[in-house]
Amino acid sequence: MPVKTVYNTAIESVSILDEHGNFDAKLGKGLIPDKDVVKLYEHMCVCRHLDEVAFKLQRSGRMGTYPENRGQEATSLGAAYVLKPQDWLVTCYRENAGLFWRGLPMESILLHWMGDERGNAIPAGLNVTPIAIPIGTQMLHATGLGWSMKYRGEDGVACTFFGDGATSEGDFHEAANFAANLDLPVIFFCQNNGWAISVPSRIQCSAPTLAQRGIAYGMDTIQVDGNDLFAVVYAMKAAVKRARTHHRPTFIEAVTYRLGDHTTADDARRYRDPAEVESWQHKDPILRLRAYLEGKKLWNGAKQEAIEAHAKETISAVVKRAEDIDAPSNVDFFDSMYVTMPADLRVQRDTMRTSSLGQNPAELQGAPQPAAAHVAR
Amino acid sequence: MANLTLVQAINLALIQEMEKDDRVLILGEDVGRNGGVFRVTEGLHQRFGDARVVDTPLAESGIIGTAIGLAMGGLRPVPEIQFEGFLGPAYDQITTHAARFRTRTRGTLTCPLTIRVPVGGGIHAPELHSDSPESIYAHTPGLKVVMPSSPYDAKGLLISAIRDPDPVIFFEPKRIYRAFREEVPEDEYTVPIGEARVVTEGEEMTMISWGASVIQCMNAIEASGRSIELVDLRTIYPLDIETIARSVRKTGRAVIVHEAPKTCGLGAEIATLIMEHCFLQLEAPVQRVTGFDTVMPYYKLELEYLPDETRIGRAIEETAAY
Ligand SMILES: Cc1ncc(C[n+]2csc(CCOP(=O)(O)OP(=O)(O)O)c2C)c(N)n1
Ligand SMILES: [Mg+2]
Repeated sequence: MPVKTVYNTAIESVSILDEHGNFDAKLGKGLIPDKDVVKLYEHMCVCRHLDEVAFKLQRSGRMGTYPENRGQEATSLGAAYVLKPQDWLVTCYRENAGLFWRGLPMESILLHWMGDERGNAIPAGLNVTPIAIPIGTQMLHATGLGWSMKYRGEDGVACTFFGDGATSEGDFHEAANFAANLDLPVIFFCQNNGWAISVPSRIQCSAPTLAQRGIAYGMDTIQVDGNDLFAVVYAMKAAVKRARTHHRPTFIEAVTYRLGDHTTADDARRYRDPAEVESWQHKDPILRLRAYLEGKKLWNGAKQEAIEAHAKETISAVVKRAEDIDAPSNVDFFDSMYVTMPADLRVQRDTMRTSSLGQNPAELQGAPQPAAAHVAR
Repeated sequence: MANLTLVQAINLALIQEMEKDDRVLILGEDVGRNGGVFRVTEGLHQRFGDARVVDTPLAESGIIGTAIGLAMGGLRPVPEIQFEGFLGPAYDQITTHAARFRTRTRGTLTCPLTIRVPVGGGIHAPELHSDSPESIYAHTPGLKVVMPSSPYDAKGLLISAIRDPDPVIFFEPKRIYRAFREEVPEDEYTVPIGEARVVTEGEEMTMISWGASVIQCMNAIEASGRSIELVDLRTIYPLDIETIARSVRKTGRAVIVHEAPKTCGLGAEIATLIMEHCFLQLEAPVQRVTGFDTVMPYYKLELEYLPDETRIGRAIEETAAY
């Protein structure tokens, strides 16, 4: 018997608007109406400004660790633009632009990184999950969310975001396997930004593309230029259609780059070649979109000045709201633990003590409750 | 002697053990070129090369699972888990395999590995970067669990852990990684696993703690002006009940302080051991000053959660007055 090939595959990579301003008119035709391109561009400018301000807040001690989004705005924004309100967006922590586009208040994100749990409250009806700190865990939740919508006969789709590093975690593989084999409406959106903190993506995947990971699970897979809003929207439209009509998952590998440090706690100069960073500066998704709009006479210097002024005003109001919020009550962290607080936990909350409990019940109800109900430092 | 921080002391222990024993290797996320996110492995990659200081894929189960294989293969791996909050994916490998191989194979296959993990709160970090899960691992038979509170102990205990024939989880309290320096001998030495340390001697009561809380206890004791014997466990399992019992028999009173939540925390175990060993000498109920039974709050409220001088001081006064 001769050896025969039982499977052959190819991976398509999509670029519509490249860093030199070339636009593929065929693929890009009718993809995003001009007025929307303008809106999306303006949104990216505002998000970029928030990112810069957040960085400065951390540096001046007004905020804790913050992960810069700089350079990756087109990915989550392109996805959020295609999703409908009934769909879910299940993110990690570098997707501000998409979350804001869907309607998450900007101060929520600042509050989160300011160590304030009130930043995690999600407005009613907004189908997004909170920032996921443990890497690679949230894709399973998206798979379950997609499953729940299919179960109820709804046409919603769950789109989950994760990094190149996250594809090394076991949970990613379990999520992909479930979604593919149970026919679930899930979009696996991988932001391959080249790095997982200091570890290059070559250590996460030695195949030529991360997209191959989707193929391994039998799902449709595509690679896109992640700094190209058009390419992202193109891939998302196909993926959403596939999920909505056929309940089939898609894996999208968006090739992008983390222009900043991993977080403000990191110093990427320790492990990255400055020439590599420099080369990606030119591929900035905002730069190329601006050039595109200018070329189509949809944008000019005056409009740029106006959006920058608007961004400044918007973000300084956002920062003010985040910083002016009252200090949380010192028992704030007890109150969302259970619907009905266990009795023992109630005592801890009301006394702010774990010692001398159960020894002198009279005292617990009585006078000295020094720590309770004051406002935190 | 050199005046070192806890980070530097651990770094020195790693260098010395790697120079002495070429079976020792380090693996984990960002431990190589970047020197670890806390710089604990700083300089080791340059010194020992790619084969011995290995940046792995981002997968904690993979890190520990392969470390188990490396250990069974005759090496002495020292895997790092970047933060205690990310032990989750490795939990399965640690508890269902590392802890059990020796007994499962009647001693023929063993897992001499040392899992280094930064632990605890107090550094204004994001979610899952501030937890204290030590009792979970102390509750897993087959593991040894260590948590030093000083640079001297950190170096000596880490060397013991690496040389230990069984799996050790070496928790490093990140709040005191750089909080103070201490004289640490340049020469190699060991601090035995399983021995607590009497930090300050005293007569009125015994205070038992470990990790970064030891520093809070020292401050509270000083503020109280009382004669209190402070016992730093240093090793969480096997627990040095002898040192604790000797002290409590003398003082008759005990306060236990830990960052982890109260329910099923190690304080419960220690209080029971004290009751078993010192019942007749006890003059007051054993007190626990601990984290609350909530999820560790984000950093705006972390100081409300963590036992501090005020909360410990109150327990001291109530225990003394009882
Ligand atoms: C389970 C887990 N392990 C380790 C970490 C620490 N950590 C935070 S981000 C990160 C790298 C993530 O890389 P990638 O998935 O590529 O996302 P990126 O940060 O590049 O967007 C690591 C190791 C974590 N948060 N969770
Ligand atoms: Mg990455």
